[in-house]
Amino acid sequence: MDDTSSSNAYWKANIRTIQIFLVIWFVCSFGFGILLRPMLSGIGVGGTDLGFWFAQQGSILVFLVLIFAYAARMNKLDREHGVEE
Amino acid sequence: MDQFTLNLLVVGATFALYIGIAIWARAGSTAEFYAAGRGVHPVMNGMATGADWMSAASFISMAGIIAFGGFNTSAYLMGWTGGYVLLAMLLAPYLRKFGKFTVPEFIGDRFYSQTARTVAVVCLIIASVTYVIGQMTGVGVAFSRFLEVSNETGLFIGAAIVFMYAVVGGMKGITYTQVAQYVVLIVAYTIPAIFISLELTGNPIPGLGLFSQTQSGQPLLTELNGLLVDLGFSNYTEQTDTTLNMFLFTLSLMIGTAGLPHVIVRFFTVPSVADARVSAGWALVFIALLYLTAPAVGAMARLNLINTVYPQGVAEAPLAYEARPDWVKNWEQTGLLKFDDKNGDGLIQYVADDAANEFTVNRDIITLANPEIANLPGWVIALVAAGGLAAALSTAAGLLMAISSAVSHDLIKSQINPSISEKGELLSARIAMAVAIAVATWLGLNPPGFAAQTVALAFGLAASSIFPALMMGIFSKRINNTGAVAGMLSGLIVTLIYIFLHKGWFFVAGTASFSDADPLLLSVKSTSFGAVGALINFVVAFVVSGMTKETPQEIQDLVESIRVPKGAGAAVDH
Repeated sequence: MDDTSSSNAYWKANIRTIQIFLVIWFVCSFGFGILLRPMLSGIGVGGTDLGFWFAQQGSILVFLVLIFAYAARMNKLDREHGVEE
Repeated sequence: MDQFTLNLLVVGATFALYIGIAIWARAGSTAEFYAAGRGVHPVMNGMATGADWMSAASFISMAGIIAFGGFNTSAYLMGWTGGYVLLAMLLAPYLRKFGKFTVPEFIGDRFYSQTARTVAVVCLIIASVTYVIGQMTGVGVAFSRFLEVSNETGLFIGAAIVFMYAVVGGMKGITYTQVAQYVVLIVAYTIPAIFISLELTGNPIPGLGLFSQTQSGQPLLTELNGLLVDLGFSNYTEQTDTTLNMFLFTLSLMIGTAGLPHVIVRFFTVPSVADARVSAGWALVFIALLYLTAPAVGAMARLNLINTVYPQGVAEAPLAYEARPDWVKNWEQTGLLKFDDKNGDGLIQYVADDAANEFTVNRDIITLANPEIANLPGWVIALVAAGGLAAALSTAAGLLMAISSAVSHDLIKSQINPSISEKGELLSARIAMAVAIAVATWLGLNPPGFAAQTVALAFGLAASSIFPALMMGIFSKRINNTGAVAGMLSGLIVTLIYIFLHKGWFFVAGTASFSDADPLLLSVKSTSFGAVGALINFVVAFVVSGMTKETPQEIQDLVESIRVPKGAGAAVDH
């Protein structure tokens, strides 16, 4: 690598992004859908509770948003650090 | 026109389309054969990935699994979609930048070890072969139900079609056929679901219908819960599995999904790193169209089933066997739906108690019987037949591609005859593909004991060996050859032993010491163990790498270079 310092900063920014996104990924699937479901049982959604909705639909919608947001954020980081193709 | 002719016409038309695409998309070089020349548009690749990923299990079985499992089966919904987030952030872009052809090739190069590469090839072949048998039997079932041919004939026709476009077109032919197959399967899945949702809830979008009110004025899920409890079943929306097992099962499916080689290689076909990232998003869009519909189909099918058996409500007498609708008669012939008049009153008792229940419905018929249950026109039934075949064939082709490239590229080119010419390698890839199809067909005709263990075996191996190796190879420079091999082997072996302890040694009946109902570790079923195997892999790899020699400089440079997108274009012509 001819520009190690720039690509190091790029990699650190990428890792930070991944960490934040994985927290959201975890909370919206394993969290709301499984572990925290009992705590959300008071919030009703169409004949059942919010946890059920997250487990069967909400998590998938969040996953979709996460991937496109990650792709957009990385395109921006690629340009900022001059490592785009 | 009778139903048989209609089925023949619709299925025949889709097959003609696949063959037409195969002739158009012939592969002329190894880059085209292995990676479709790396010129596939990310949206197209997303669609192809959708078809590649959604197998006979997703199309035919999943709605039924959900219908009879309720909330617990959310693990499949989250697991088989959440893996794409991991793929998009942790694997796909970097592996695309690496710019080679197969998953074992990355593992071999990054860990500078033929042993690591061979372990990856073995895992890939076991996982893919297990998976492909399920697709081949699915093809046989769909043919025999809808085209009135024997299971064997159906299998041979299916194999011949795959042979045509996979051997001639390689990844290029498979990619564009998968795009067509995606369209067929999603249309076939959605149309009956829309009709059923409209009929039950008045909402044309099944995913919203699931949370809407039925004509009775109650929310659909409340009504379903009430009926099930009256019949002695547990609440549909209640968790009956343990939280620990559900958590680990979901996690195993997620990391298994991200580690399945036939899915990963699809991201080698796009032109750039940025395309690989966004293409994972498009793949999930196309997958979500089915996965957001499936839970609605499941719940609605269960409700329709109860309403069919108890036309005046569950408090009144059930339907007389003599008065059963035509779809029940049709499916009785397949043996997948059974009535056993235990109390001899001629009525169909459908209750939770096994001793009193007289009506057994195989969960695999839910999707296929849906159009008949909802009284939809004949062309919809024909379309569902074509959709089931598209789902099975597209996944089979993707798996066969992964198997044949592992054999021709990772074994023949890399270990047996490194001086082979490109033309020679292309020929050997085609021969490997033809042999793989023949083996898969034979295994489809004579399914071995492990064929039914796709979830435990394929996802278990991908989760415990392939995913951690790939992730550590990208995110850590410290993991060396010894650490990676030790990690992969320990993850793999412990997972296999756990599966064997519960399913029998090499799946031989009667040799199991534990059962999934009463497992060895707490409540962890053998299907949920992949995540534990992955953890073992990570820990062993780090500990062993820490005690052995550091990775050489050129490998550290390789890791640096795959972390940045710049320069991926050059890899196209490698």
